[in-house]
Amino acid sequence: MELLFALVIGALTASGVYLLLRARTFPVIMGITLLSYGVNLFLFATGRLATGQQPVIGTSASYADPLPQALVLTAIVIGFAMTAFLVVLSLRNLADNENDHVDGQREETPPSSKQEREVTGK
Amino acid sequence: MTHWLIAPIFIPLLGGILQVVMGYAPISLRRTLALTTTLLMLVSAIVLLVLASDGSYRIYAFGNWQPPFGIVLVLDRLAALMLVLTAVLGLFCHIYASGGADKGNRQFHTLFLFQLTGLNIAFLTGDLFNLFVAFEVLLIASYGLLMHGGGTARTVPGLHYVTLNLVGSALFLIGIGIIYSVTGTLNMADLAVKIPQVTGNNLNLVKAGGMMLLVVFGLKAAILPLCFWLPKAYARATAPVAALFAVMTKVGIYAIVRVFPLIFGEGAGELANLGMDWLFPLALITLGMGVIGALGADSLKTLVAWQVIISVGTLLAPIALGSVAGLSAALFYLVSTTWTVAGLFLVSELVTSQRGLAGDSIVTAPKMRHRTFLSVLFLIGAVAAGGLPPLSGFFGKLMILQSVEPGVEMAWLWGVLLVGSFLTLIAYSRAGSIVFWWNVDGHQETPEPMNNRVSISTGILTCLTMLIVVLAGPISDYTRATAEQLHDNRGYINILQTPVHVPQSPLVEESN
Repeated sequence: MELLFALVIGALTASGVYLLLRARTFPVIMGITLLSYGVNLFLFATGRLATGQQPVIGTSASYADPLPQALVLTAIVIGFAMTAFLVVLSLRNLADNENDHVDGQREETPPSSKQEREVTGK
Repeated sequence: MTHWLIAPIFIPLLGGILQVVMGYAPISLRRTLALTTTLLMLVSAIVLLVLASDGSYRIYAFGNWQPPFGIVLVLDRLAALMLVLTAVLGLFCHIYASGGADKGNRQFHTLFLFQLTGLNIAFLTGDLFNLFVAFEVLLIASYGLLMHGGGTARTVPGLHYVTLNLVGSALFLIGIGIIYSVTGTLNMADLAVKIPQVTGNNLNLVKAGGMMLLVVFGLKAAILPLCFWLPKAYARATAPVAALFAVMTKVGIYAIVRVFPLIFGEGAGELANLGMDWLFPLALITLGMGVIGALGADSLKTLVAWQVIISVGTLLAPIALGSVAGLSAALFYLVSTTWTVAGLFLVSELVTSQRGLAGDSIVTAPKMRHRTFLSVLFLIGAVAAGGLPPLSGFFGKLMILQSVEPGVEMAWLWGVLLVGSFLTLIAYSRAGSIVFWWNVDGHQETPEPMNNRVSISTGILTCLTMLIVVLAGPISDYTRATAEQLHDNRGYINILQTPVHVPQSPLVEESN
């Protein structure tokens, strides 16, 4: 079970990092999601993998560590909220720049004229 | 167990929640309540500073769980210093924001107060996972604040900032997970006990976890390979937000100062001084990089944003060397540079508002309004940031230079810091003379007049550097005592033995 678990975490993290390095916001968001899945599973495994054990002392001969479970819950909630925010921000980026490149529209307009437009727009 | 410890977290949290539900109330009422909240927070921070100055550790255990179980808040000199630093900065930024920058978004005050909450949790917590939660709280608020005021210019830097910090959070969790899997604890005092006992293969695991934490704190602090997000994001943010963010990089530095001397300090056996040999060269390169960026800056705000990176490099170099004198000097300079940089951000915004189309670009333009007032403030800020006598930046840098032992490190630090300071001065004098002195004839539209709130808050925040000079004796005594307290981690470990449960009265005990 350890090997399978480790392979899953490794595959998730590797795909997450690969997608993070893409130039469009959609793959980046997917990458962050996969990375956070990998991290959550990793965090869960820090309490050691075990089956059929309860996280309460005294209910069985040996017990599962409850703390990583609590940590993972916190991390999942935070990660979920962050991903939602990132999705909204990327949509905003798409609407502002009519392009979902992570650096905005960088081929079309040189930076100087962009800055000029902001100044006059005030 | 004193309940004052929870006050700097509780007050802005409650104030922020109040702002959420009264988003449609008149803006004057919201401003009054928000400023009252920040003022109360400053009062509570000063109370904690007085409490902490006797040199003892005070803990606040949630649910009366004896540490290392449960979550604890720990107050010591360092935490109190950071709380007061943040509260003073927060108050003046908030006054500035209530001068008009808070319009356009009903939730500005909410986000601002939540940001302060997150900062205060980070400074007070004694638990590594709770530190992660604190980082998330302050980051969530900072994402909103960074986008405040709109404008398409903020979208792309905001996207970069959020993505980088999410990756940082993922790395933080991996680091925490590795350390937990070996030691079975995340309480910092307990970690300081358990880490020296780690042996065998586990040593490498803990080393990996510790280095990963250093990378994460380095990302927050904007050390060189991880600093390129900062200038764009800070230069585009609204002034009071950028000024408040001056303390955000210091949170990363705080985390390094808190975690590494305590857990991986002198007593950590094979893991002693983990990562510090990496930190010193990186700090110097960061400093050099910041100077190059400042020389090439094309607008005042970009210049000040690079100053943030310069101060990060200046602060981390003595911290990496690890002596008491160096740590003390770094803490003194930290107070000085945070307020100075924040003041410069506010001055740049005022200059922008008085120069019409030219904004804060370093180009010649028609004469601005209020030129004398603004140029004097810029001069004070630039002198303090560049490190010329008689202002506080000079004393901070002098203490840092004096703290190094003679040797190779001394040669590198003296060389980089002195040449860097000189080049920074060139950058400031070039920017100042072009913006304030080289005027061309031309039509200048009448700008909006500056109101009292923005000019007074900017003036006071910039002039705090003079206050630091006047109080240099007491402040440096305090930072020296702080550095000694940090260097000797036995006091911190002793909080494990401090009993937290004090029965209130026999009657209550019986009824239970």
